[in-house]
Amino acid sequence: MSEEPYRPHHDLAGLEAGPVDRVEHNPAHWEKQVDAMLTLLSDEKRGLLRVDELRRGIESLGPQAYDELSYYERWIESIRLIMVEKGVVSEAEIAERIDALSKATP
Amino acid sequence: MSQSRFQPGERVSVIRRYPHHHHRAPDYIKGRTGVIERLCGIFGNPETLAHHGDGKPEQPLYPVRFDVQHLWGPRAEQPNDTIEVEIYEHWLEPAA
Amino acid sequence: MNQPHDHDHQHPHPFQPDDDAGEPTHHMQLVRALRELLIEKGIYDGDEERQAIERMVARAWADPTYKERLLANGAAAAEEIGVEVGPTRLIVVENTEQLHNVIVCTLCSCYPRWVLGLPPAWYKARAYRSRVVVEPRPVLAEFGTELGGDMEVRVHDSTADMRYMVLPARPAGTEGWSEEALTAIITRDCMIGVTVPQVPSKHDPH
Repeated sequence: MSEEPYRPHHDLAGLEAGPVDRVEHNPAHWEKQVDAMLTLLSDEKRGLLRVDELRRGIESLGPQAYDELSYYERWIESIRLIMVEKGVVSEAEIAERIDALSKATP
Repeated sequence: MSQSRFQPGERVSVIRRYPHHHHRAPDYIKGRTGVIERLCGIFGNPETLAHHGDGKPEQPLYPVRFDVQHLWGPRAEQPNDTIEVEIYEHWLEPAA
Repeated sequence: MNQPHDHDHQHPHPFQPDDDAGEPTHHMQLVRALRELLIEKGIYDGDEERQAIERMVARAWADPTYKERLLANGAAAAEEIGVEVGPTRLIVVENTEQLHNVIVCTLCSCYPRWVLGLPPAWYKARAYRSRVVVEPRPVLAEFGTELGGDMEVRVHDSTADMRYMVLPARPAGTEGWSEEALTAIITRDCMIGVTVPQVPSKHDPH
């Protein structure tokens, strides 16, 4: 534990920023699937993912990812990280499946 | 059984701590002094819950009310504005 | 599946279409892969996923009488939710003639989802999270909201286990209105605290 003062990248209170972008949009279907994934993985029946872990995972993605990825892109990266960490899935399985899916799509 | 250390109305300071693990005390209140608004309850500690821990010992959780001038100085909009932030007990100590 | 569009906004704004069409991005592929693997491993199934998606619609909108109860007695309505989601973790903060409350989560996007549904994109984005705690009035002005000069603004930063909802003050000009009519002018944005209920200039309260 370091006692050097620092502000974590996700800790935004008081920073300068531009106007609030009020554009509303329904989440895309894949985004709802990510949201549902969190809800289900973290429910009492499964208890495979804690909201604290999701946050920790997002915070660990690094400043560039935090700034450049969209909200649910950060979520899925964090869910992936935690599921691999816990051995629910492996990176190899994920890579294989992405490969198979990209070949199957014309 | 957990006891809560602070009472509503009590003045407390946020400990200046800068851990590199996940924590929920934001930078803008570290080292600042405010007033306990209420006891919300006793909850698992997110700092260990986030890192494969069991969240124990569980911590009393309090919204702490701060004066904006104390937090932001000249940036504060109006002197009577306030901010309330929920803080776990292990981040608090009695105000000097 | 269509999610009903939230007609609570008080100013017109551009509406972005879903981006499901076109080439899947890397992250869309990641979602698909992870989802398939989790389903194949029996972690959850399509029905559970469907139900979880259906529940994203705010209860307060799906059940109009619930919204009335929520606004009439936040604590009791919160307890009602508590029966479903565990210990009551909703704090209802009431606006008055002297006090205006606003809710934010500066560290991420904590939001009373079971009451208000999914948070709007702006609530989760940098500009709101960083600015509302230090310059709430200019932020509220971007939502068309102007507060009286003496009003105290209290910002609630939901950094931990509780979730917050604003109970708006009853606006002038609504004397004699039915519960139903009052409920109708209290929007999601009012319950976050970035707007106040608007009384239409020509209104039939019946």
